[in-house]
Amino acid sequence: MATTTHSTGTSGSSDSRAVGRLRGAVPQGTLYRGREGMWSWVAHRITGLLIFVFLLVHVLDTSLVRVSPEAYNAVIETYKNPVVGLGEAGLVGAVLFHAFNGIRVMLVDFWSQGPRFHRQMFWAVGAIWVVLMVPFLVRHLANVFGG
Amino acid sequence: MTAPLVEAPRSTPYRRATSRRSNYEMYSWLFMRLSGAVLVVLVIGHLFVNLMVGDGISALDFGFVAGKWASPFWQVWDLAMLWLAMIHGSNGVRTIINDYAERDMTRIVLKTFVAVALVFTIVLGTLVIFTFEPCPVGADGALLPAAAEFCSA
Repeated sequence: MATTTHSTGTSGSSDSRAVGRLRGAVPQGTLYRGREGMWSWVAHRITGLLIFVFLLVHVLDTSLVRVSPEAYNAVIETYKNPVVGLGEAGLVGAVLFHAFNGIRVMLVDFWSQGPRFHRQMFWAVGAIWVVLMVPFLVRHLANVFGG
Repeated sequence: MTAPLVEAPRSTPYRRATSRRSNYEMYSWLFMRLSGAVLVVLVIGHLFVNLMVGDGISALDFGFVAGKWASPFWQVWDLAMLWLAMIHGSNGVRTIINDYAERDMTRIVLKTFVAVALVFTIVLGTLVIFTFEPCPVGADGALLPAAAEFCSA
């Protein structure tokens, strides 16, 4: 299973609790373990897919600079409204999570202590995300709603 | 009474990994991590310069793009970002398709879509970066009105 690294908990206490809960029950055949490991993996997939779809559109619209300056400016003008502005904020949020959770995945894979601290690193990713999103949102939302 | 003849297990030479097997998935896994590390720098730098510096997103127009791509630095930056992000993203979507699409034909069709999008987007983006004209002129040889301000200076 490709996802073992990310979804396997290492804490003995949570494992014994899980066993206690499942004692006597028929195994359901799922490998999803919940908590930080699984949810970071789920969020990594969703944000990755979202960024990929955006990237295709982003290359297409930027390619309009090769058609004519007017064509490019006309399309960019249609993006300058609050709905797209909020979408851009969500996209930046997705990119920042994917970037820093990606670093966490690399640390889990390559750093000898990575699997041990994967939960703490998940919350560190969340903290870095908040620290970067706050100044970005102040700047970006002022641009979007300030006119 | 003679015992029935039982073939010795693995009577033919047995190896877990034959030389015919490729390491494709290992290199794919490694590429995701190496390209991901580079993309963190390229993409966050891209977002910072385009959304945070100066007037941010509201400054975005043809002149802004022209000003960046007049410099080989940003051409190389954006070219590297285009190739790495498209291959990284396509490979990620390939993994997702392999995980969730159970029928062979569904996987083949979806992965073909991804491959077509990958080749089309990389070729288009690369051509645009290399053939871009920051100061475009009309049929009469005059600078187009929406061209970057630095062209007329």
